[in-house]
Order: sequence, then structure tokens, then C-alpha cells
Amino acid sequence: MNRSRYPLLVLAPYLGRYRGRLLVGSFMVLLTVIAGMCAPWALKYVVDGLQQSVDGSRLFSYALLIVAISLVEGFFRFWMRRILIGVSRQVEYDLRNDFLAHVQKMSLSFLQSRSTGDIMSRATNDLGAVRMVLGPGIMYSMNTVTLLVISTAILVNLNWKLTLLAYVPLALVSISVKQFGRRIHDRFEEIQEQFSALSTRTQENIAGIRVVKAFARENSEIRAFGILNLEYVRRNVSLIRLWGVFYPLMTALIGLSSVALLWFGGRQVIQGRLTLGEFVAFMGYLSLLAWPTIAIGRVINIFQRGSASMRRILEILETPPGIRDLEGAEEPPDAGGALEIRNLTFSYPSSPRPALSDVSLSVPPGKTLAIVGRTGSGKSTLANLIPRLYDPPPGTVFVDGRDVRGWPLRSLRRRIGYVPQETFLFSDTIAENIAFGLESKAGEEDILSAARVSRVAGDIESFTQGMQTFVGERGVTLSGGQKQRMAISRAVIGSPDILIFDDSLSSVDTYTEEKILRELGKVMENRTTLLVSHRISTVQRADEIVVLEEGRVVERGTHGELLRRGGAYADLYHKQQLEDELSEI
Amino acid sequence: MAEEEQVLGKAYDARLMRRLLGYIGPYRRSAFAAIVCLVLGSACSIVQPYLTKLAIDRSIRRGDIGGLAGIAALYILSIVLVFALNFGQTMLVNLMGQKVMRDLRLEIFRHLQRLEAAFFDRNPVGRLMTRVTTDVDTLNELFTSGVLSVFDDIFTLTGILIFLFLLDHRLALAILCVLPLLVAVTLLFKIKVRDSYRRVRTAIARINTFLQENITGAAVVQIFGQERKQYRRFTAVNREHLDANLQSIFYYALFLPLLEVVGALAVALIVWYGGLQVLSGTLTLGTLVAFIQYSDRFFRPISDLSEKYTILQSTMASSERIFNLLDTPPAIISPEQPAARAVERGKIEFRDVSFAYRPGEPVLRNISFTVQPGERIAVVGATGAGKSTLIALLNRSYDTGGGAILIDGVDVRDYELAALRRSIGIVLQDVFLFSGSVMDNIRLGNRSIGAGDAVRAAETVHADPFIRRLDGEYEARLGERGASLSVGQKQLLSFARALAYDPKILVLDEATSSVDTETELLVRDALARLLAGRTSIVIAHRLSTVQNADRILVLHHGRLCETGTHQELLHRRGIYWKLYQLQYRDQAPAVATGP
Repeated sequence: MNRSRYPLLVLAPYLGRYRGRLLVGSFMVLLTVIAGMCAPWALKYVVDGLQQSVDGSRLFSYALLIVAISLVEGFFRFWMRRILIGVSRQVEYDLRNDFLAHVQKMSLSFLQSRSTGDIMSRATNDLGAVRMVLGPGIMYSMNTVTLLVISTAILVNLNWKLTLLAYVPLALVSISVKQFGRRIHDRFEEIQEQFSALSTRTQENIAGIRVVKAFARENSEIRAFGILNLEYVRRNVSLIRLWGVFYPLMTALIGLSSVALLWFGGRQVIQGRLTLGEFVAFMGYLSLLAWPTIAIGRVINIFQRGSASMRRILEILETPPGIRDLEGAEEPPDAGGALEIRNLTFSYPSSPRPALSDVSLSVPPGKTLAIVGRTGSGKSTLANLIPRLYDPPPGTVFVDGRDVRGWPLRSLRRRIGYVPQETFLFSDTIAENIAFGLESKAGEEDILSAARVSRVAGDIESFTQGMQTFVGERGVTLSGGQKQRMAISRAVIGSPDILIFDDSLSSVDTYTEEKILRELGKVMENRTTLLVSHRISTVQRADEIVVLEEGRVVERGTHGELLRRGGAYADLYHKQQLEDELSEI
Repeated sequence: MAEEEQVLGKAYDARLMRRLLGYIGPYRRSAFAAIVCLVLGSACSIVQPYLTKLAIDRSIRRGDIGGLAGIAALYILSIVLVFALNFGQTMLVNLMGQKVMRDLRLEIFRHLQRLEAAFFDRNPVGRLMTRVTTDVDTLNELFTSGVLSVFDDIFTLTGILIFLFLLDHRLALAILCVLPLLVAVTLLFKIKVRDSYRRVRTAIARINTFLQENITGAAVVQIFGQERKQYRRFTAVNREHLDANLQSIFYYALFLPLLEVVGALAVALIVWYGGLQVLSGTLTLGTLVAFIQYSDRFFRPISDLSEKYTILQSTMASSERIFNLLDTPPAIISPEQPAARAVERGKIEFRDVSFAYRPGEPVLRNISFTVQPGERIAVVGATGAGKSTLIALLNRSYDTGGGAILIDGVDVRDYELAALRRSIGIVLQDVFLFSGSVMDNIRLGNRSIGAGDAVRAAETVHADPFIRRLDGEYEARLGERGASLSVGQKQLLSFARALAYDPKILVLDEATSSVDTETELLVRDALARLLAGRTSIVIAHRLSTVQNADRILVLHHGRLCETGTHQELLHRRGIYWKLYQLQYRDQAPAVATGP
């Protein structure tokens, strides 16, 4: 079983869940085909009967029989479609759920290495193509095979020589389908390649449109696009040439079997070896076979696209989550929120230079540590390593005396209240957003008190629907400061042992910041807090302040100590005073 | 992408369709030929059951084997003709479709090139890309399996009807009895399917929104350990999609068999009514068989209808999005009668210029200043002071909200746009490199810049040595966004690019990111060479730049607050002095050895 060659095999267990329904569905295929087979047979009786002398009432009952057969066939066909296509939708549902569950487990570095659109298109477009295999693909295949087997049995029984003759063109059909299939596949891939070249070019042009315009290069861009566009058309045309032959050829080959039947069958009727009724029935069977035979081409197409798409989905599903529970992970006995970092050196996989070099820190339970530094100094990286958004090297980051890598991911993260640098809110109500981290439904009062801590409660009251106001496109547009304050409420509502603020007050003015910090003071009193900021005003009251520069600790101490030292911190302090003065001019 | 899925288009919109068909205009000969092929092809294939009738009545029942051979030969002829005509038709239609797609893609791309910067601020790259690629491809289906196959169906239906009436008008009328039933079933289906299609589209849109949010917000979900809760929510959204689809499956599963029952009713009518006539000798057996075969062909096109309906819906939605884009008029265009073709001297004058990206939030307020030809100006200010906006207005990336910008005494809005932009060289902070060779990135597709000019430009700004070290030198490929070059190298390359264009005016947004001392000296010297003999405005981040400037403009909160030379402004002890402490003073020791 080679998964990379036959990615569709992955679907077997998914289908297995619905084997009962699939069984009934296949049975329905069989019944549909059998019922369909009866119709030409009824015609045989009609034609043969008309040559002898049947009476009108007999004729009427034949007519009724024909309607009855189609009713029965229709009944089975209805269930066949409902069950088989229904199952494909069920599997699509299951697969999409699993896809999301897997994506949820992926590390940030994985998610950031791919565009959101790319991941989404796998969960929608590609999954859609796979669904086509599971539904129409499987249904048409089963239908065609059953039809071929049964009608062959009937026809051979009727007249084997004639059958052989009529089937020669049909055999040609399947051979050419195989021949064409391969080539169509190749040309299709060439088209896809060019399509992505065209997309890339467009993407680059739009992303760099300012440069294009600044240098007045619009026309040369259009020229370059035109060339790729032409090549794309050329490749499409080469596929069209194949299709152009394929479908008419199929129709022609099927037509040829009709001629074969007309010529040899007609002779046999004249020679009295075949009744005219049988001759007409034969024609009926051939026309029953025509459509499914042509459908083979389509089914092949469905399978090819489906298997390419499945491969793309597997690229995600088979990437193991980079950050997960290690074996033997368990919570340490004593909680309290002690945080320790020992000789931490960390580099991102994409960069040769370490983001943090030899950082050691220790925060006793209930104390506040502040980290200041310029953009790119490694502050956020440090904050991200504690809840294991990125995995630190073993033996470097400890919470409550245990290496964070030895913690169960879920309980580690539940201990931590985190306010990220860039606020992300869901398009949901304000209440839901604040209570996001809670397992059970949060009480109105809890949400409100969390909102008070970050001083966003007043803002919320001013919205007409209060806590039930929707955030985002369908609701209010919040200011950057309001968003940050909501994110703070979201972090404190779960009463975590450790609070991490990753530059979380950058969008509020110093006046509001002061008020928030005062409120937070009560919450921070008995919690370990890590305060990351580039603003001195935020950090000056911390128990200890650490200054990071290019991933290294260059100074540490209290606000007063650091000012007296007159180093990097003092310099930053004076600059920010200047900035404040500037903004007040 | 997601938000537009909410808009659920109609399956058929005459206005959109007319406009789409307009694109066929240039290829109307192909379209006409395709229709001829189609009509002849259908006619040839309609003849086939009639040949069967002849075979039964004229040969088989009379025992005439010779006649049978003739009929079989005719049949083969019809097959060959149908093959040839079908092939011709498929090729003509698809080639036409491809040409229309090509034209449309080019038109959209061309239109995008004309739209102004503000438009690109509003529309994310991904959405615009979809217009050029996916949406256009969706339209292809309309041409290949939509529009013309409808013709095909209509023609086949009428052709068969005509044949039936010619064969036996009484029996033909009998078949027509089932037609009202057919129409009723189809109409009902159409209504039901439209509703469930709408439900499906809405569900898809919700799935997209959810995925989008949960992928971009993955960090929040993970940190708060809410994977399970979000998973539960997703299954609910996903379930709605499933249910909507199951409903739609129900209608499809019902419709197709119903059609067959209606078809069987027609056959039953033929058997009963026609059979009676055969018995009474007023109808031949062959005609009866031909009728049965015709009725089979009669219903086939109708069952295809359900599929075409879906195609039609998605193409209408795509074309609406495309046309909406094409109908967005470019806000910044060349004047019809440009007052000036090119910048001659390079004198710049800002007269009382104001600007706001969003109404009510002014970025620049009443800025006025003049730059003499050849003068070197440095612009300084805190983040958000409006420095970048100043240069974006100069080359009409945006048009001023109030006041005017004049170059050589002519309003920039009266210049021919391309000429204006060619006269103003711009070096942006974030250097954008296109995938292509180094040479391509210097010339940017400008044929009037020779390879020699490009190399000379690179030599002048010290880019030549590192380019020579690249594998392939000037033909070395640069990856997506030029990932293989260092920040300093990219800067030098962008200098070469600007120099190769030899502009009268040079506008430069100095990069803030630090480079090593050696590169810093190279960049500084390259900058001096680049600016020599040109009017220049530099958004300064280097101390050397402000020191060497003829004049410094200090922007603060969108206003021009101070002007003067470095020394003058320092003595004033105003905003510049504070900015100097903040931004430039630290560079002082390193600069002591500077030029």
C-alpha cells in the first residue's frame, strides 16, 4: 500500500465507518440496473407481439408495465443517489473535522510558513475534489461495472455472436479511455504548472504595485503577463485538442456498435435466427450502455483530480504537530507560578542568528518581572517560549520547577494568562470573547469584573447591545486600545497563576495605561507576572526589570537602580521622556 | 475571499450575460462556425433512429439484405459526419473560450495596473488574484459547457420534434401530452434547488470565515487551550453544510428519476397508442421503434439541465465579481491634454497641501515649501508625522486633498502620468524585488535602458562587486522577494535601479534597519553619488544625510514646523533638537570618521 502513489487509499477507513450504508447503496445500484434492464425486455414483447396479433388490452398492459418498471427503477435510483452521494458528504464532513483538529495542533511556525489561503483552499477546494471521488466517482464506477456485467450476461444469453460483435467497439472505447487518460493527466499537470506561474506573477505584481507605478512600468508588466497568459492558453489548447477528439470518438465508437448490430442483427432477423423484438431489445441495451461508457472518461478525470487533491490534503494531515505532549508529561505537585529560565539560547529555524542568547531569569511566585528592549531584541520570543508557542531547548524554561516540555500542554497553558502583542478577537459577542478561555459558561458578573480590570467595561456599556455586541465585520469596529483591553480581560478571567503581557498596552495612551496598571495591580498581587514592553512607563513598578539587547540581558535591577546606573535603561527612559514631550507639542 | 461568498447571485442575469457575450464579439466567426457545426451535427445524429426505422420497415421485414447494407453504409456515414462535426464544434468553442479568457484576464490585469494605491490599500492581494485567475477560469465553463450546449439542446429538441411530426403527427401529438408534466417537474426542481444552493453557499461562507479566523488566530486558541471548544463549534458549522447538502441531494435524487418516469410515460403512450395503429395497419413497426428511440434522445438533454444550472450559478457569481472590479474607475489618471510631457529642471513646490487617508484624520496639514533644482532636502519627523505621505503625493500615488504640488511650475496633475513618474526616481524603505534576474530588477522591463547602462549604474552605486560574486552575475535569478540578498545589498540594488532611470528628481526613504559598518560606508557613498546633480528629497534616518542636506524640513503631527540646516535647527533647540537626541545622536561616534 503506497500512500504517496495512491493517496486515495487513506479514505478507506473513513468509508469503513459507513460500510452498512455503502452496502445498502451498492445493493441499490444493483437493483437500479436490474430494473433498468427490464425496460428493453418489455419492448421486445411489444415488438414481437405486434408482429403476431396482440389485442388492445394486452398492449395497454404492456404500456402499464413500462411505466411500472420506470417507477420501480426510479425508486431504487432515488435511494442509490441519496445513500451513496449522502455518504460522500458524510465523509467530507468527517474529513473536514479531522482536518481542523489537526490544524489546531500544528505549531505556530508551521502555520506561519504557509499562507492562510493555502491551508483554507485545502480544506475547501481540495476536499471538494476528493468528495467528487467519494460521491459521483464511486457511484458512476459501480453503476457502469454492474451495468456492463449484467447486460453482457443478458446479451450473451440472447445471442453471443452478436454480443461479441457489438462489444468490439466498446472494447475500443475502454482502450482509448486508458490511452487518453494518461495523456490528459500529463497535459493537465502542465496546465496547472502554468496556472501557478500566472498566479505567482499576478501576486507579485499586486504586492509590488507601488514599485511598478513609481517606475511607470505598467506596460512592461502587462507585456510580461501577456506572455504567460498566452502560454497558459497554449497549454490549455493542447488539452482541448485531446478532449476534442475524445468525446466525439467515444460517441462514434458507440455508434459503430449500433451499426454492427443493425447490419448483422438485421441479417439474422431476416434469416429467422433472431426475432425482431429481440433485435429491438438489443438496441435498447446498447443505448443503455452508451452513457455509462462515456462516463468512464469523466470518472477517470474525477479520480485524477481527487487523487492530486488528496495528496495536498495529506501534506497537512501527515505533518506531525511540532509541539505536543511528551511521553510521561504530568503536572508538578506544587503550583504557585514560579518561573525560571536557565541559560536559554534559542534560534528560529529560519534564521542562523540566535534570537535569545544565554538568558537566565527567575521570578518567584507572585512577583513581577519586566522585560524591556527595542523591537527585535527578543522580548516577544521569550514570552512565546513559556506557554510553548515555540518549543524551548530542553532544560531551559521551568514553570513550578518543571521543564515546560515535561508539562501536559493543556494544563501548562491553562495556568498562563497571555495577552499577545497583536490582539486577535473572534467575530463573536464581546461576552464570548472575554470568556473565551473558560471551559464552562461564564457568569455575567465574572465577565463584567474582568472587563473592569482592563477598564473596558465603560466602553462596552456605551454599545447599544452591551456585552452581546458583535465584534468585527458584522458588529462594532473596536479601536486598537479597546481590543487590547478586551484581550487583557480575556487573559485575567481564568484566574491563571502566571500572567504574560507581550507589549499589551502599546495601543492605549499613557493616561489609560496608568489606570489599567493600577487596576491590574490587584490582580497581579498574588500572581507571577511577566511584563514585556518597550515603554518605561509600563514597567517601572516591576519587582525586577531586565533589559534585553539583541537577545542578551544587558542590565537588570529595579527602576531606581537602573536609572542610577545610567546605562541602556536610563538612556531609554530619557528618550521616552523626550518623545512624550514631543507628542505634547 | 470569504465575505463575498455571502453574496448569492442569481442563476441568470440578462445584463451580465449580455456583457459576457459581448466578449465573443471579436470571435463571432468562430462562434458562427461552431453553431453551424452544431446544427449539422445534431441533424446527422437525429437521422440515426430514422435509419433504424428504414432498416426495419424496408429491409428486415421484407427480407432485403442488400437494402440493409445500403442503410448500414448510410449509418456509418452519419457516424463519421457526427464525429467530424462534433470535433470541429468542440475545438471551435473551446478555442474561442480560451481566447475570451485570455482577453478577459489581460483586461483585468491591465485595469489593475491603472488603479491607484488607495485601491490596493482597500483590497487584499489574495482577493485581486482570485479575480484574475480562479474567477476567469470559472467563466470558461460557461463557454465550454454552458452557452453553446444550451443551443445544442434546444436545436436537438426542436429537430426531434420536427422529425416526429414528419414521421407521424398523431403520435407526435401524443408525446407532446407529457410535455406539461415535464415543465412542471423542472420548474419545481429549479425553485427547490435554488433554495438549497443558497443554503449551501451560506454554509460554505461560514466554514471559510471560521477557518480563516481559526488559522490566523491559532495562537490565541492554543494559548487558551480552547481547541476542543473551537472544534465543537466548527463541527456545528460543518454540520450545517452537511445538512444543506443532504437536502440538495434529496432534490437531485428525486428529480432525475422523476424525469425518467415522465420519459417512460411517453414510451408507454407510444407503445399503446402507436401499437394500436400498427395493429390497424396505419403505422409501420419501424416508425414505432424509431419513435421509442427518439423519445429516449428527447429526454436526455433535459436531464443535463440540472448540471448546467449549477454551472450557470457559479459563473454568474464570478462574472459579477469580475465586472465589479472592471467597473471601478481609476481615480488617478493622466489628464486628457497634459500641459507638460516631462520634468525639465526639477523645481518642486508644495502649496498649502493637505491630505487624509481617511476622512477626519488628516495626515498632512497645509504644507508649503519650495525646493530649487538640484537642492538636497532632508525630511525628518517622528513616526506618523507624515513623511512617507509627503513623497507618495509627489508622484501621485495619491492625489492631494487640498492645495497643489507643482513641478517646474506645472501642477503634477497636469503632467502625463507615466512621464511624471519616470521623472521622479523613488527608492522605498522596503526594497521590493521581483522574481527574475538581477538585470531584470535593475531595468524593470525598460527596453531603453541597455545592459551597459544597467551595469554602469550598478558600478556607480557599488552594487557591481556583490553582483559579480553571485552565481550568474547579472543574470543571477532572485527568489521570491529576493530572499537571497542581504538588506544592504538590496538597498544598493534599489539605488542602481533608481540611477539607471536617471530621474530629474530623486525621492528616497532611507532604510532604518542597521547594516554593518562596511556596508554602511558603501551605502552612504552610493547615496551621495546617486543624489549628485539631482533635486532630492530624502526621508532621513542617517545622521550623515541630515548633516549633508542643504535644508531640513521638520514635520510634526502633519505640519511643517521647522526648516533650516542641521546647525541652524540644533541651535534653535526646538523639535529638531529633540528628534536629534532621539534618532541621530547615537550615530555620532560612528560618523566622526565619515566623509
